[in-house]
Amino acid sequence: MPEPNRQGEVWVFAEQEDGALHDVSMELCGKARELADRLGVKTGAVLPGAGVGPLAKKLIALGIDTVYLADHPRLAHYQTLPYAKVLDTLIEKHRPQICIVGATAIGRDLAPRVASMLRAGLTADCTDLDIADVTDPKAKVEHKNLLLQIRPAFGGNIIATIVNYDQWPQMATVREGVMPLKPPNNDRTGRVVEEKVEIDDLSMALKLIQRHIEPRKVNLKGARVIVAGGGAIGSKDNFKLIYDLAGAIGGAVGASRAAVDSGYIGKEHQVGQTGTTVRPALYIAVGISGAVQHRAGMEESAKVIAINTDPDAPIFGVAHYGIVGDYKQIIPMMIKAIKDKSR
Amino acid sequence: MPYDSIVCVKQVPDTANVTAEAMKEDGTVNRSALPTIFNPEDLHALETALEVRDEYGGTVTVVTMGPPKAADVLRDSLFRGADRGILLTDRRAAASDTLATSYILAQAIRTIGRYDLVFCGRQAIDGDTAQVGPQCAEKLGIPQITYLEKMVNIHDRVARIRRNIGHGWEIVEAKLPVLITVLETANEPRPPAAKRVMRTKRARVPAEAAAEVKAAAPNASEEELAASTQRRVASLEECGLLIEQWNLDDIHADLQRCGLAGSPTKVHRVQAIVLTKEGYTEIPPTEQGVRDLIHELVVDRTWG
Repeated sequence: MPEPNRQGEVWVFAEQEDGALHDVSMELCGKARELADRLGVKTGAVLPGAGVGPLAKKLIALGIDTVYLADHPRLAHYQTLPYAKVLDTLIEKHRPQICIVGATAIGRDLAPRVASMLRAGLTADCTDLDIADVTDPKAKVEHKNLLLQIRPAFGGNIIATIVNYDQWPQMATVREGVMPLKPPNNDRTGRVVEEKVEIDDLSMALKLIQRHIEPRKVNLKGARVIVAGGGAIGSKDNFKLIYDLAGAIGGAVGASRAAVDSGYIGKEHQVGQTGTTVRPALYIAVGISGAVQHRAGMEESAKVIAINTDPDAPIFGVAHYGIVGDYKQIIPMMIKAIKDKSR
Repeated sequence: MPYDSIVCVKQVPDTANVTAEAMKEDGTVNRSALPTIFNPEDLHALETALEVRDEYGGTVTVVTMGPPKAADVLRDSLFRGADRGILLTDRRAAASDTLATSYILAQAIRTIGRYDLVFCGRQAIDGDTAQVGPQCAEKLGIPQITYLEKMVNIHDRVARIRRNIGHGWEIVEAKLPVLITVLETANEPRPPAAKRVMRTKRARVPAEAAAEVKAAAPNASEEELAASTQRRVASLEECGLLIEQWNLDDIHADLQRCGLAGSPTKVHRVQAIVLTKEGYTEIPPTEQGVRDLIHELVVDRTWG
């Protein structure tokens, strides 16, 4: 079991698919840089794949000091066991103090397997990371400079801060979109270390038969304006009003978990802890009560307009503008006002 | 060729329906005020295992870890068609994080012995971590296939599975044994069958039998209670209504790897979400109000 290595680096798992880095990995490079600077240590990124060497430059520009490149034909497509082998081997060899992984479908498959191999702690779906001294209330021992792993829990009704005293590395997965993407600095320099990891036949336990990638139809992350409907919209038909307003204002359509669970709209529209995390210039929440799990996914929006019949709805707590009233009357008024403006 | 499946399930508080009544005055969640339910994705894991048995034969064993009350989900599993239920209950397992939980479940699965497939729901709604399945697979030293959307077929001990990868799907094959985590889009869980409910609704774990004996005779002495509990457990067993109950010794668990001692992650702080009204600009729900709002958004360049 790895022990604390206080000089250890802060690592990011660099997830790539077909030679393109995943957004969340790029976001995490900036966060790793920030954490490493606070700890006075270097950053590292583990980059497994086949022919992915050119991505190292990009990682360095985003704040990584050392890229550990594991290039192997058997790593061309993500598979749990070979990728876990790479990460486990490199962590045991270089002993980073922190390892963060994007909470993607791949990251959430890989990180628990690796944490289990290392017998290290792992916190899922963090929405924030920080460094602080923490006193163990039982042993009354102070632990310097621990990674605070902050995440919503219990269906989003509480925010928990998790720490790992001594079964290091401190591992966490982080949701896509919660850490701001820092602009790359192409003048930054760093090193690339080519790592040889043996991938035996046993690791290739899965055989990929067929793969189908759907282009992302709903681009919530890139939208400047999002109009989102909640459970109070009441039906699939009523969601047409949400689409109408989004069309008029030039925005994307979002939804709360309640609306998705009720079948009013597809899951690809879901904003929140279990959906997409967004930070548009304008977020219009219609008939959304504002459970924490939803707010966790949109409260970084620059401006929030909340429309709800219930003046006590929690959504108003994160709103800049609130309209208490029936959306069926208010949305047509808004569409009319927008059309008048555009004229 | 028949296949034996083990399904890991969890009883969870119904976090989707946290109402004002479930909140304490300090703003924290009152767990005991929440109804408990069968973790939704675990029901789909159970259904997948039952479908495998329907198609190829074999057995379905359901295992859960929790307090005696968690026997509810085992009974529910029996109602839906499971062959066997096992409750893992031990105070020394309390406060286990995902690493310790997966260790304990893996020890239980080893103790059960024979299996071809292990199914778990992708994640539980009280933690949403999705870690226990993959960690359990690692502890067992078998491959994992996460996010099952469809069990395509099993042929000659090779399972072909369609898994959802977020922005698409892939079909993979793996030799058994394998651990599979199941999404709720995988299938429609069958309802409890009336016949099975009639047959197994009185099934109990020994801890429940003891509690019921005690409730029926609150003034009885310890010895009397112990004796009547023993009789009750024996009669349950005779009728085939005794649900197995195991503790950490039964599964030969290393106590250093269970509970608080075996959990690297510690909860440092919990903040209840306190709903604050920081004050927002209230817009009257009128034509003029809405018009002024849109104007303001244009002026501050939020829109347009």
